[in-house]
Amino acid sequence: MVLSAIILTPLAALFLTLLIPARNDKAIKAVSALAGAVTVALAAYVWFKFDPYSTARYQLVERVEWVPTFGISYYLGVDGIGVLMTMLNAIVFLTGALSMWRLELRVKEYFAFMLTLVIGVFGVFVSLDLFFFFFFYEVAVLPMYPLIAVWGSTRKEYAAMKLTLYLMAGSALLFPALLSIYYKSGLNTFDMVALSGHKFSEAYQIFVYPFIYIGFGVLAGMFPVHGWSPTGHVAAPTAVSMLHAGVLMKLGAFGILRVAMPLLPAGAAYWNGPFAALATCNIVYGALVALKQDDFKFVIGFSSVSHMGIVLLGINMLTIDGMGGAVFQMFAHGVMTALFFSAVGFIYDQAHTRDIHEFGGLSKHVPIASAFFIIAGLCGMGVPGFASFWAELLVFIAAVKTMPLFGVLAVVGLIISALFMLRVLKHAFFGPANPKWQGLRDVTAWDALPRAILIAVLILFGFIPRLALALIASSVRALAGGI
Amino acid sequence: MGRSTFPLYWIPLLPLLGAALNLLIGRKLPRRLSHAIGCGSVLGALVVAMVAVFYHLYPAWQAAHASVSHGSLPPVPQIVNPLFDWIVAGSVSIKLSLLLDPLSAVMILVITFVGFLIHVYSTGYMSKDPSYARYFGYLNLFTGAMLILVLGDNLVSLFVGWEGVGLCSYLLIGFWFDKNGTRVFGDENASAGKKAFIVNRIGDLAFIIGMFVIFAAVGSLNIEDIASNAGKLAAGYKPFGFGPYSLAGIAALLLFIGATGKSAQIPLFVWLPDAMAGPTPVSALIHAATMVTAGVYMCIRLNFLYMMSPAVMGFIAIIGGLTALFAATIGITQNDIKKVLAYSTVSQLGYMFLAVGVGAFSAALFHVFTHAFFKACLFLGAGAVIHALHDEQDMRAMGGLRKRLPITHLTMLASTLAIAGVPFFSGFFSKDEILWKTFISVNGAPGWSWIPSVTYFLGLAAALCTAFYMFRLYYMTFSGRIRAPESTMKHFHPPGPAMTVPLIVLATGAVLLGFMGMPSVLSSTNAFHEWLAPVTERGLHIAMGTGLLAKMGAKPVVADATKAHNHGLELGLMAVSVLIALAGIFLARRYYNKYTDDQREKLEDLANSFGPLTTLSQHKYYVDEIYNFIFVGGFKLLAGFCYRAADRLVIDIIGVNGTAAVVDVVGKLGRFFQNGNLQHYVAVMLIGVGGIVWLVGRPPAHMKVTPKGPIVIGQKVTIDLTRDNYEKRTLQYRWDFEDDGKWDFPKQTLPPKDPKARKRWRPARTSSPVVTHVFTKAKKYSVKVEVRDPRWHTTRYEKVTINVIDPNAKKKQDADKKKKTKKSALPAKAGGAPHASLQTGGPNRGEVR
Repeated sequence: MVLSAIILTPLAALFLTLLIPARNDKAIKAVSALAGAVTVALAAYVWFKFDPYSTARYQLVERVEWVPTFGISYYLGVDGIGVLMTMLNAIVFLTGALSMWRLELRVKEYFAFMLTLVIGVFGVFVSLDLFFFFFFYEVAVLPMYPLIAVWGSTRKEYAAMKLTLYLMAGSALLFPALLSIYYKSGLNTFDMVALSGHKFSEAYQIFVYPFIYIGFGVLAGMFPVHGWSPTGHVAAPTAVSMLHAGVLMKLGAFGILRVAMPLLPAGAAYWNGPFAALATCNIVYGALVALKQDDFKFVIGFSSVSHMGIVLLGINMLTIDGMGGAVFQMFAHGVMTALFFSAVGFIYDQAHTRDIHEFGGLSKHVPIASAFFIIAGLCGMGVPGFASFWAELLVFIAAVKTMPLFGVLAVVGLIISALFMLRVLKHAFFGPANPKWQGLRDVTAWDALPRAILIAVLILFGFIPRLALALIASSVRALAGGI
Repeated sequence: MGRSTFPLYWIPLLPLLGAALNLLIGRKLPRRLSHAIGCGSVLGALVVAMVAVFYHLYPAWQAAHASVSHGSLPPVPQIVNPLFDWIVAGSVSIKLSLLLDPLSAVMILVITFVGFLIHVYSTGYMSKDPSYARYFGYLNLFTGAMLILVLGDNLVSLFVGWEGVGLCSYLLIGFWFDKNGTRVFGDENASAGKKAFIVNRIGDLAFIIGMFVIFAAVGSLNIEDIASNAGKLAAGYKPFGFGPYSLAGIAALLLFIGATGKSAQIPLFVWLPDAMAGPTPVSALIHAATMVTAGVYMCIRLNFLYMMSPAVMGFIAIIGGLTALFAATIGITQNDIKKVLAYSTVSQLGYMFLAVGVGAFSAALFHVFTHAFFKACLFLGAGAVIHALHDEQDMRAMGGLRKRLPITHLTMLASTLAIAGVPFFSGFFSKDEILWKTFISVNGAPGWSWIPSVTYFLGLAAALCTAFYMFRLYYMTFSGRIRAPESTMKHFHPPGPAMTVPLIVLATGAVLLGFMGMPSVLSSTNAFHEWLAPVTERGLHIAMGTGLLAKMGAKPVVADATKAHNHGLELGLMAVSVLIALAGIFLARRYYNKYTDDQREKLEDLANSFGPLTTLSQHKYYVDEIYNFIFVGGFKLLAGFCYRAADRLVIDIIGVNGTAAVVDVVGKLGRFFQNGNLQHYVAVMLIGVGGIVWLVGRPPAHMKVTPKGPIVIGQKVTIDLTRDNYEKRTLQYRWDFEDDGKWDFPKQTLPPKDPKARKRWRPARTSSPVVTHVFTKAKKYSVKVEVRDPRWHTTRYEKVTINVIDPNAKKKQDADKKKKTKKSALPAKAGGAPHASLQTGGPNRGEVR
């Protein structure tokens, strides 16, 4: 029942939020933060309950028949990947709620939409029924429009519209493909476990796979359909950027791992070369464009495109190392970007600008707030001691072994990512202190809390990567074994 | 063999804990506690390291040493301390495990000992700095990372340490990030840190790929595993169609390129001089004594890999020799005291790589060892001078400090003598050993036999420059009259005991440590060489064991046996080295002793007489400018292109806005249906409902023809339209077997003439979905059926083709076939096989299969 509880906690918080009068905004924030804390606790419970050495691939399974005629059932369960992603979402949810403590505009509506988004994301990570998977997927994607258009900044309407159109286009590719899988199997069921047992003809798999891969790929920021993500990140308010880049983009990659690959293994094996090439483009191209950006959030946005390229590259290696690294990178990148946006949000809320050239020597004025961004930057450069180092290492090992050319190019991306990250650090945080920002207030202990949680997670997994990899390994082995 | 256990993890852990304390809560701690944590943790590491080396490793070493007879390979004494698994996923298994052997023993002692002294020195040097705790936190973090680098037993731990020290180097170079540099540094301090990181990253790129090449071949990154599976690296490989090269050679070369980044060799040396922007103790510890020697350490650690590829070793020797000379020539014209020392470091590192390139691994490490002491002493001495003169770094504004800074003067003199190669100082022994080993080495790669002689002369020329620029530095700083302005001298700031004691200790080391590695011509035992022998001597053995050299038609890089035992030659070359050093000192004394303005003019004339050479040297051969133009400009161009052309134009404008245009057209179409006119809506709705009704209400049709096999004339054919799902509907059917437009079953009747009756009249239909019919001709019948749903008044037509054949014709055909060849039999059979093929006409709802 714990998986249902994870979905129901934010749902309960949503109802509670709707009942609380709008003027009582402290209570609304407290409800969300509390729900976040509860989901972290539940995710931790799932983490400990999940046995990575058991032969059962999906554990903590719950199943209730819902519409037997169409074979739809409320079917929840997690494998190692799901556990890790659930934890990621819980952490980002909690820290995101805490990061929005200073929000004043339409607090009630904001948290209501945010909770809806969170419900959707949790639902996707624990669903084993294709119908519910897609349902939650859409629930997660839809609140983005109002969240950006109302609470955003910097061409927010444009960004919201662009994002919605892109994601809808992705869904438009997905929906018919998923239905065709349902019909083609002839099993009259949306049960993904049962469907993955069905052997579709090779030609059919090869035909349908790109629809699903690209459909999910849009959300994962796949090149060349990544355009929505930097604009969206920039326009979104802090916690939404955190959830958006931290978790929502992972939904895309998760969809590929949960739906596309187990159901259409032959398709994955056929298409992995071209998609790995596109992923390499993601890495190099995203980093190069980030080098040209002057807005903090655009830099982070394009760095996300680059880092998600590492995830997609790892997935397309179809080996345990590559996919394991990719899943770990999903987690590491999620926490890292959340930290990025959380740190930037704090500075932006006071300075009302995000142009890196406007700043300078911020580390002198607000040392702790700057340290948060600098730490995220170091993590983004793949410095050891942080989780993403191991994730990238695994993906690169796999890539150099499987596809040397892409592997080498991806490693070149590391240099560029160091270039753009250090450029931001140099202009904004180091260098001569700009007296204009003398009056900036540094973080209080309460402000520091969400950021400190994220850093602690990054360092914990940076020193003991085995914690996550043990969880992932068996699930990824099953996945890679299928292909 | 020779293994014992010891909690080695305390050695890196103590400084790391110190770093954690100072970085997390340091701001709240009093300064005394901050530096007590900083120094104490490194002292603790030093004590643990000494216990491990002297009480655990040394007995094991002695046992191993005693157990071998002369000439055979000594076993490697080791202490292994496995800690935990970092990664266990698929084929990758990376464990954190520490290894203490004679090689890492030397390194950890140097790191913790010199590191401790520099921490102590920092308490004096940095005493006024507002970010005191942060400084000690970074310094401790660096020490911890460096210790992981040298203690790790696999390439990943090495790389973790490698990146970790790079990070600390970055943070410490930019430590005074808000200063726009001192007078001498035109560039911002923050840029210097960035440059160091980026240049190192370029090297790391090669390092990572080299590591992965090894992993792909051997399946493990554990150094012992690689050594015992070195044979797997002997395979040939054609990277991108060139070659073939051995995997060992490729990996060795890539790893060496990584080392050129970290250890500041051509072409990636450019960051080290800029790195002098950091506090001077940092320059002493990181950019002279320890971190920059990591590349040399890595080559010695993987000496078996390098021994497998004499060509790569030749390349390393050339790079090392060139760097030694190149950096030394730049050092001659620099006026910033720290820059001189920085170029001197680059040059000395060149010597170390020269030693690696000629297979003198033990000599390379010996130079690492002595260099750590005399160069740290020089930097700390320079720091004392800078500190005393209130951050003055220009040597032209120094002079005459001999009396004012007596201890600094003496200690720096000792170290200068050591680096210049004056006999019986430590640098003399280590540098001369490298030159000697270079001279007597033989490079066995085909076509590379010229390496030893050429690199020997590069080394010798660099030695001349070294003696010259180092004594130039000494004379300009300490001799003559005081050139610093009165105001500075009024607030002259002599170093306290925290700074002088480390100087004295390091200078003592610089004087005495050379005697640990006396050359064979002067002493019967070379303690350093013997200590290291178990590690360095097995490289050749492993390399020969793989058979790669024989396969490539090469011989290993070894010393020429006849020359090696020629004591006369050795003494002669030693005399040459000494003369060269003395010549350098003499020249420096002649031009720079008691440096005055007159002399400066004379010197400038002299410099001008060298013309472009001087300009080149002063401008560091314009390397920075060239790199800036090519790489920084190149990247900017590429990034600009990607952003403008690809992201803005192709993806956003054409892709997205193109889509938007399509959407716009569709939207305009949509507006037609959304015009707000209610009647219009109702009409559209009715059309829609009608369409839906027609689609939903259409009766289903699904024909089953029996028998399935061939149908001959006169055979009864049953056509069944029954569907399970629709049994409740009362559908009506009529059939046209000939497809001639006349309904055959039920028989078509004409409508009555009477208009009243005609209104009620309906054509005859049957309610049975099954019909039986006998076909009378041998031809393809197209059977048509009309299905009507009386409730909705909707109808649907279906067609099925039934192929009826004449059995006699078939027999006749068969007879024909027998006459023909077997080849044509097959298609004839397939084509002639009579069967009913279904061809549904029109959309057949619900039946995809």
